[in-house]
Amino acid sequence: MNENLPWIILFLPLLAAVLIGLFGQKEPRTSAALSVAAVVAAFFCSVVLWTGTLGDMVGDNADQAARHFVSFESAFTWLQVGRLYVPFAVTVDPLSMVMLLVVTGVGSLIHIYSVAYMRGDRGYVRFFGCMSFFTFSMLGVVLSNNFLQMFIFWELVGVSSYLLIGYWYERPSAADAAKKAFLTNRLGDFGFLAGIIMVWAAAGTLNFGLLENDFIINPTKVGTLGGLLIFCGAVGKSAQFPLHVWLPDAMEGPTPVSALIHAATMVAAGVYMICRVFFIFDPVAQTVIAAVGGFTALLAALIAVQQNDIKRILAYSTLSQLGYMVMAAGLSDRAIDHMHQPAAIFHLATHACFKALLFLGAGSVIHALSQEQDIWKMGRLRDKMPVTALTFLLGTLALCGLPPLSGFYSKEAILAAAYTESPVLFGIGVVVAFFTTFYMFRLVLVVFGGRAKSNLPSHAHESPRLMTYPLAALAIASVIAGGLGIQHFVDRQFIMDPTHIWIPPWWLDLFVHNGWASALPQMQEELIEPFKAAPVPVLWGLGAILCGFLAAWGLYRNAASDPLPESLPAICRVLRNKFYFDELYAWLIAHTQDAMARFAGLFDDHFLAGGVRFVSGSTELLGRGLRLVQSGNLQTYAFLTAAGIALALYFMLRS
Amino acid sequence: MSAIDLPHYLIVSALLFCLGLLGVIVRRNVLIIYMSLELMLNAGNLALAAASRFNNNLNGQIMVFFIITVAAAEVAVGLALIVALYRRRQTTHVEDLATLKL
Repeated sequence: MNENLPWIILFLPLLAAVLIGLFGQKEPRTSAALSVAAVVAAFFCSVVLWTGTLGDMVGDNADQAARHFVSFESAFTWLQVGRLYVPFAVTVDPLSMVMLLVVTGVGSLIHIYSVAYMRGDRGYVRFFGCMSFFTFSMLGVVLSNNFLQMFIFWELVGVSSYLLIGYWYERPSAADAAKKAFLTNRLGDFGFLAGIIMVWAAAGTLNFGLLENDFIINPTKVGTLGGLLIFCGAVGKSAQFPLHVWLPDAMEGPTPVSALIHAATMVAAGVYMICRVFFIFDPVAQTVIAAVGGFTALLAALIAVQQNDIKRILAYSTLSQLGYMVMAAGLSDRAIDHMHQPAAIFHLATHACFKALLFLGAGSVIHALSQEQDIWKMGRLRDKMPVTALTFLLGTLALCGLPPLSGFYSKEAILAAAYTESPVLFGIGVVVAFFTTFYMFRLVLVVFGGRAKSNLPSHAHESPRLMTYPLAALAIASVIAGGLGIQHFVDRQFIMDPTHIWIPPWWLDLFVHNGWASALPQMQEELIEPFKAAPVPVLWGLGAILCGFLAAWGLYRNAASDPLPESLPAICRVLRNKFYFDELYAWLIAHTQDAMARFAGLFDDHFLAGGVRFVSGSTELLGRGLRLVQSGNLQTYAFLTAAGIALALYFMLRS
Repeated sequence: MSAIDLPHYLIVSALLFCLGLLGVIVRRNVLIIYMSLELMLNAGNLALAAASRFNNNLNGQIMVFFIITVAAAEVAVGLALIVALYRRRQTTHVEDLATLKL
């Protein structure tokens, strides 16, 4: 395998960003082409890298006992201060491989889509520069092999997200949303950094591989607190409760940004990080992680039911699905060596496909309706925009988890995990599945079905091919991703028990030796696995989907306005206002700031000011005293000089 | 009766120096102060010449020549300054010359 390939993948987007930033200002078309070319090339390099690793997974040199069947790192020293050694490195193992393919694959399609979507915008060049820069930062997070490097790229991701949310900076709402996202993330990152320092103090290294070996021997090295501090970073980046408030506001950015950053990649970084360092969390921390994830999933799904902005519904849906992933990442019973992180990564990958699809579909709708985002001004768009409608429906079905689409497999993997570990979280998972189907079909029925609710839809037209082709590609990915065995691919990274027998994904046979004859039965096995392995969660999940669909169909099939607020006014008001979290935070921040400012004022007045006055007063007094000597009288000076010399001579010659 | 030795010269030189210093400190007239300064210089000259004579080398005497030369130049500049001061202020008393501004 080519050692340089990961470096090329990492730096291609940066190169594009730099070239665009330096020379692109007058060349919008070239800039867009450069940005797209960089990410597409990175995708192809990732595919080459991936096929290159397959040979090591099976065959003679496959070391079944090794937990990472192939993991290579390429590093050079970046920083060495005392005991702290930080390399700048790339690491390739199944986990980062899956993320590489998702980030560059979904990223490529979104870049291509943006070429058409952003056409004619004043900041076209800036947009592509930022997108390339974001891709670079995200790849950096994925490829990092130590905490410090990851943290740096983590912050770069935050910066590029800030730039892209505030892309239309002349709009105050966009500028505010960008600030809110950045500051909320900062809060989480503060905890993350504290956690990193704790880990370093406890283990003396920040390298993930070395840490893993350390923590397997002594799993409670940093205790619950260290794990929770590290988790803080994920809470901020993956927008979990209580820092979930930034993600819906981040929808102020252009729709491709929402698709790339706030659905497919950046918000998944938190989940990825939890999975990357899963060994750090002790059972208590894991319980907290799972509970936070479950709570976020439920909270966001409830809020999504009463939103009317097409992008905000999807944003809350993203929150809810991220909650699912975090829940799965936290649901691990280390005592019996049963890890559920593969389910989280599996859902991350499938969710990246179908949520990017949904966002791009929403972008297509918004594009066609001259930037209208209120779903109650849409309606009957399936006639005008058949491709968008069909792909959007496929994305919705995948999100709801209808077999055999991808969402079904990943969601069932999470529900099955919850079913074995925690009945409460399983219940929450089923309720969330119900609400997910309900709000998604509310969206689909109101936007694409029913009657037109304003005269906007009559002027709508299907988007250009540059936008519909990525939609189709993502729709295909959303349909088939469930059968690719992603969870089996990453499985081995999370198994502590060396005697565990690893089931490789079915296509490995196809690539490496046996061909279709043995791969096909394995694929069928894969497709019916959930029904055999965990029939009860599957039944519950399907029941929830059916109920959700029927409820949405009954309420919204022909609705011209939302019937729910009339029948349940109080609940709907609370949901529409997002449980008043923004107001609560505003109040809380205002009051704590007030109190702290008052305290600081007192401290300043009584303590600091005293010190300052003492210093200035004593200096002045000394000055007054010394001024008396400066009389200007020549003979005083002569006397003092002579006396000084006499004194010096006396002391020197005394002995 | 013993011969006059180096310490005797040095004691005379020290006495002369102290007299000069006393004059600089207590006298009010700038001209007198100036003369006292010359006295201090020549006290130094005496010590150097004596040391040179008793140590059998000429270094001290060469030094004395330099001092005399520099003192002559200094007298020229100093007296010129005093004349200038007197023209401006109509006084040569140091109490009246306590400010830098003329």
